[in-house]
Amino acid sequence: MTGGDITQYFDYLFMIMLLFIGLTIIRLQNLFAVVMLTGVYSLIAAAWFVSLGAADVAITEAAVGAGISTVLLLAAMLLTAREAKPTTAFRHWAALVVMAAAGVAVFYALGDLPVYGAADTPANTGPGMAYIERTPSEINIPNVVTAVLASYRGFDTMGEVFVVFAAGVGVALLLNLSGAGRREEDGE
Amino acid sequence: MSPYVVLRVVSKLLIPLIFLYGFYVHFHGEYSPGGGFAAGVVVGVGVILYALIFGLQAARKAVPPYWARIGMALGALIFAGVGFISLFMGGNYLDYTVLDPNRTYLGQHIGIVAVEFGVLVSVTAVIIAIFYAFAGRERPAGEAED
Repeated sequence: MTGGDITQYFDYLFMIMLLFIGLTIIRLQNLFAVVMLTGVYSLIAAAWFVSLGAADVAITEAAVGAGISTVLLLAAMLLTAREAKPTTAFRHWAALVVMAAAGVAVFYALGDLPVYGAADTPANTGPGMAYIERTPSEINIPNVVTAVLASYRGFDTMGEVFVVFAAGVGVALLLNLSGAGRREEDGE
Repeated sequence: MSPYVVLRVVSKLLIPLIFLYGFYVHFHGEYSPGGGFAAGVVVGVGVILYALIFGLQAARKAVPPYWARIGMALGALIFAGVGFISLFMGGNYLDYTVLDPNRTYLGQHIGIVAVEFGVLVSVTAVIIAIFYAFAGRERPAGEAED
């Protein structure tokens, strides 16, 4: 990214907002506020994805993160308590040790990552460039993402659909898809 | 049903637009950001909003749970079925070019929209099914706080 690009300041702003929301979520005990703030977190993350140019991801993040998971977490919260139990000091220290170790590992790996927005990364030069070059002549649609997702990588996407299907079947088996209605029929 | 008249009126206006946007994201996915996954989520959110405002019973009447159960499998079958159709029309599995007898781009376009439609159906159905499963559960007796 060039120094004159103004959108990078949006990125910094969004990252700072995400950091503060995350810290606030850690400190809160009220689960309702935590659920609402995770929704806000997703919405700001979606705005950040737009700023990074990933509009596809942003649409899904806004709908799944800010919409569906907030509703599902609220529904789950209604089945349990409204307040989190206070965490013991030992757990705080254990979490701090794990976080510090993970943070050191991430910073150690940082040196191997390409510069943000660099054009000569493996992802941008290998198959990625080939897809961009071949899509106009082979598939002839403007959105290369759709061409890769549905046509070039059709097998991957089919696998994803089956994963979604398996998730739905799993939840249906665990939570009784027809809900409370069937329990009443059982005469419970 | 929600006692707030503003919520009811606004959501009644918004829900058709949410569905319209979902289908736009799907059918315009070749030209603009979007596709089956994002579109399915948006359509599912429309149904969930309806359930939140007008009650779970009304939503169950509008979108019966067995639709969600059938849709989950149907979407995956549509995707796999397009692959088998291209197989039987002489191409490789999921090779959409053969879907058009003249071997033009049209085959690719038909194939992409068809498999994305499978994704849309599956994702929408799974989201609605998971929501029904969570929202249909009642608090265990004796634990009611409020």
